[in-house]
Amino acid sequence: MTNVSLLGLAALVVPLIGLAAVLIVPEGKLRTPVLGLIGFGLTFACGLAMLVQYKPRGGPQFEVNTSWIPSINSRFHLFVDGVSLPLLLMSMAMFVAVGIYCLTRVPKTGSARAFVGLLLLLEVGVNGTFLAQDLVLFFLFFELVLVPMYFLIGIWGGKRRQYAALKFFVYTVFGSAVMLVGFLAVYFLGDKTFSIPELSAGASHAVSATVGVQTAVFAALLIGFAVKLPMFPLHTWMPDAHTEAPTAASVLLASVMLKLGGYGLIRIALPVLPEGAKVFAPMLGLLGVVAIIYGALGCLAQSDLKRLIAFSSLSHMGFVVLGIATCTPAGLNAAIYAMFAHGLITGLLFFVAGGVQHRLHTRDLAKLGGLLNVAPRLSWVLGFGVVASLGIPGLAGFWGEFGAILASFQPADGLPVHLFRVYMVIAAVGTVLAAAYLLWMFSRVAFGSVGEALKGVQIRDLTKTEAVVFVPLMIAIVVFGVAPALILDVVDPSTTMLVDTMFAEQ
Amino acid sequence: MTWLALGAPALMTVSFLAVLLVGKRFRNGGVELGLGVNVINVVLAVALAAAWNANDKISIEASTHWFEFAGKAVDAAIRVDGLAIALIVLVAVVSLAVNVFSSAYMKDDRRKTHFYAVLLLFSAAMQLFVISDNLLQLVFGWEVMALCSFLLIGHWWEEKHNVAAAMKAFLTTRVSDVGLLLGVAVLFYGANFSFSVTALNEAAANNAVSRAVLVTGAVALFVAVIGKSAQFPLHTWLPDAMAGPTPMSALIHAATMVVAGVFLVLRLYPVFDSAFGITDGSGTANVIVIIGAVTVVIAALLAFLQHDIKKVLSYSTVSQLGYMVLAIGAGAPMAALFHLVVHGFSKAALFLAAGSISRSVHGYDLRRDMGDLHASLPFTHASFLVSSLCLVGVIPFSAFWSKELMVVEMTDAGFMPFIWVLVLGSVMTAAYMARMYYLVFWGARRGSKIVRESPPAMTISTGVLALGAVLVGFGAIFIDRPQLHASGGWLAILVEAIFPLLGIALAVVCFKLGIGAVGLARRFKFARAAYHVLWNRYYLDWLYEHVIARTVRKGLSLVVHWFDMRIIDAFVDSFGRASVKVGKALMNRLERDVVDGTVNAAGGASMRAGGLLARSQAGRVQRYVAVSVTAMVLAAMVLMWVVQ
Repeated sequence: MTNVSLLGLAALVVPLIGLAAVLIVPEGKLRTPVLGLIGFGLTFACGLAMLVQYKPRGGPQFEVNTSWIPSINSRFHLFVDGVSLPLLLMSMAMFVAVGIYCLTRVPKTGSARAFVGLLLLLEVGVNGTFLAQDLVLFFLFFELVLVPMYFLIGIWGGKRRQYAALKFFVYTVFGSAVMLVGFLAVYFLGDKTFSIPELSAGASHAVSATVGVQTAVFAALLIGFAVKLPMFPLHTWMPDAHTEAPTAASVLLASVMLKLGGYGLIRIALPVLPEGAKVFAPMLGLLGVVAIIYGALGCLAQSDLKRLIAFSSLSHMGFVVLGIATCTPAGLNAAIYAMFAHGLITGLLFFVAGGVQHRLHTRDLAKLGGLLNVAPRLSWVLGFGVVASLGIPGLAGFWGEFGAILASFQPADGLPVHLFRVYMVIAAVGTVLAAAYLLWMFSRVAFGSVGEALKGVQIRDLTKTEAVVFVPLMIAIVVFGVAPALILDVVDPSTTMLVDTMFAEQ
Repeated sequence: MTWLALGAPALMTVSFLAVLLVGKRFRNGGVELGLGVNVINVVLAVALAAAWNANDKISIEASTHWFEFAGKAVDAAIRVDGLAIALIVLVAVVSLAVNVFSSAYMKDDRRKTHFYAVLLLFSAAMQLFVISDNLLQLVFGWEVMALCSFLLIGHWWEEKHNVAAAMKAFLTTRVSDVGLLLGVAVLFYGANFSFSVTALNEAAANNAVSRAVLVTGAVALFVAVIGKSAQFPLHTWLPDAMAGPTPMSALIHAATMVVAGVFLVLRLYPVFDSAFGITDGSGTANVIVIIGAVTVVIAALLAFLQHDIKKVLSYSTVSQLGYMVLAIGAGAPMAALFHLVVHGFSKAALFLAAGSISRSVHGYDLRRDMGDLHASLPFTHASFLVSSLCLVGVIPFSAFWSKELMVVEMTDAGFMPFIWVLVLGSVMTAAYMARMYYLVFWGARRGSKIVRESPPAMTISTGVLALGAVLVGFGAIFIDRPQLHASGGWLAILVEAIFPLLGIALAVVCFKLGIGAVGLARRFKFARAAYHVLWNRYYLDWLYEHVIARTVRKGLSLVVHWFDMRIIDAFVDSFGRASVKVGKALMNRLERDVVDGTVNAAGGASMRAGGLLARSQAGRVQRYVAVSVTAMVLAAMVLMWVVQ
């Protein structure tokens, strides 16, 4: 059975061609960042073409399925469905945003070629992870993401880049290693197949083993995905990596890479190991709400703008985990929505934080202050990001948080209802803390009289490039805030199907 | 008629964007646009009210598919009934008056465009809020209003205490909004997977909702009401919110936004009714009526101690909001709505008058800046006096009628004992208003000698609202009321008519005899203790700011930070160091004993390849690959053990 959709393949091939072009075309002919942007733009165009042709109730689409490694029964299998499409498109869009940003702000150190090339390679890995339907293929792409990000942080990062890059690398490799063992267990204990759809379809037979074994394997996968998400207590690589990374990389880390973990849980861990998922769900929910509160409290203690935003991701991802833990379509919808919105919003926040650092050469909250006096437009973009991040309804961030709270009222059959209702209340309390740290941060940066870092400094307000990046992001945040149907109509059929197969009788 | 209802918020939203983006290019900073839109808005509101009235007062309903969630269709829906119309007209008129007033008051402000824009966004949100027939839309309007409130309180963000006040307002209401989120979520299941307000109300009225769900949802929503409508014990943000420009206080923190909570209870009255058994005839006290009663009294007491004219008015607002909540809880929803409108007009007029006064005397302090202003501010004085009489409810001014209706409805529902709270409240309202009125307009002049009346834009808008406050009182004629069957009712009404006068008389006597709170506290031990409690605002601010907020900010957050750095991260770092050591030792042995040549060749090749990218990192990556291999082996061993 061979099946090749050109669009599905293009999502991988186009950035690869872009990468080749960046490496081959001699410098001077065409500026590398422009070339890179063309690559990102064409990839995004492929994504939009998919969106246009996508049929919400049509099941898997844009399928590529050819023989790959027959000896271990692993196939080159890609497709797109409602779970992956929003995340795929969001990450493609964020790559375009980063591409535009890089037109004027390529880091000075190192070669621009390597920088843009690594970004393109990163996109190959990310798109591949979202598309892959074979565990081996998935693992390959999942790991591929790691390499360019390691170099982006390690070469172009801030003062403590070496430490941050290594920590990021070690954490993720550790997680992936455990995850790989889980994958192998799925293969050997199950039907000797790596195909995710096959493993999910015969869900209860997939791992022909006891609940105990499923639980153990689930734990292995969870560790791998938890590091990426990140999930408490495996999160401490994140503040360092985000803070030290150059702006482009920290945007992509937050917007794109953190989504791979949540996506993996929904795509692989839940449907392949439903029994293990059910056993782990209360624990998962607990980790989710702990992350919500812990992350928010951690934010209040930060003194570094970027570190604070990074830490807030922990709290936001807590809602994602809580949504997934409910094992219901509502919860999965919320998780996907939360990841989508977090990509746009936190991406925007990191862009602005990068802008602040670029202008004032500091991220110290104690030295900032009164930014509204000198750069009102930039400050209000930050304000917009803050408001979106704290989950004001009407902006994209609301649906994920509220959805997770809503879903925890009634988790899937067999899960402890009362426990999840306690989680529900704790998660709702988390929204207060979110407002507290975000408004505190904004008032420290923007309000008040001019801070130490701004005294006697002439800085430019929003530049044209920044406006071109920020305005579409802000519009998207509003649009997806008032018209949740744009996401939910795509996601809902797929998550409903996913949960149905998960709970199908043996 | 749907377009009439939707036209106003749509227009407001568009003009908000317009003022925000191009307002600065206008000569007066975009207020021109705001004024124009607000005039249209009043016309639309009146037209809508007329159309509704002409159509036998049948609710205007419309809905459209919004999104699908977990297999259930969710509709965006509006419902315009009498309740919505009352609020729409109130918001439109007060908003127009406030915009006119602001055009003069904010003329020289450097960020006036921003101010005008946010006022428009606020009106849009409020008008959308009152016509929503979907819980999510209610949440939407509710939160956007909170955001506008934040922006306007913090309008002069250069000053630290303004920012603090804005944060306090937002965060306090955000705490109670936990109730909103939870209540909406719970009631979604209660209404059989629907966010529709109509469906929910019907289900509640027909006892189709499980009791536990209904009570949980209602209690959660009432927590939200306590925050938004500044009820005890979450009222503390409202007096601080006076840090914003005065016209904004008139609109948001007196007439409209703060009544959103009261409106929510009215909108979902069947839910609260059925959850708390308000109209089951027993007249048993419920949480709503108790919170309302407590708020009436504790806020009125605080109003006596304030020296800032805006603070007196804001505590008065808290107290009057208490009246509304009390009335709803005591089975008098119609009277609550009536009082809401009466209070909206009179308090907005009072705030605008206060704005005029403070602008003329360059200060807010009753003792230092004011006194004997009746002659120099004749128009403001007239408006202030008339709206005060309306608020106090001296017969035949408007609050008399709303309180009278409260008495009638409460008697009907069997909540007689709570009528005495109304009476007590009336006396206190009359007394603190009389005190403030006297301190502002009579007695000896304190502060600057030369005082000029405000420009017409300000006096006229204030006057129009004061006139409106008088006229809405006669709305009592059109309200259907229950038959007055209980004999106590007439007596209570009589008492209601007399007690405000008694309150005024009390204030006059106290002044004549020179009895003040400070004097009493000096003379009597008990009074001193009470004075301390009042002066410290029942220690609630201390509790919230110094105990709770500080524990979170300086306690819990630092504990978390410490745990993160010293426990988790320290473990990670030492684990990393240890593995490097182990890996090194292992590698040395392995290399020496077994694989030597091959590994060297392969390693060398990869070193060269890596070196092309970044020489310094390549070695370390290798090292950590070793770590990961170790981890993988360990995990495999654990798994094998578990499987076996």
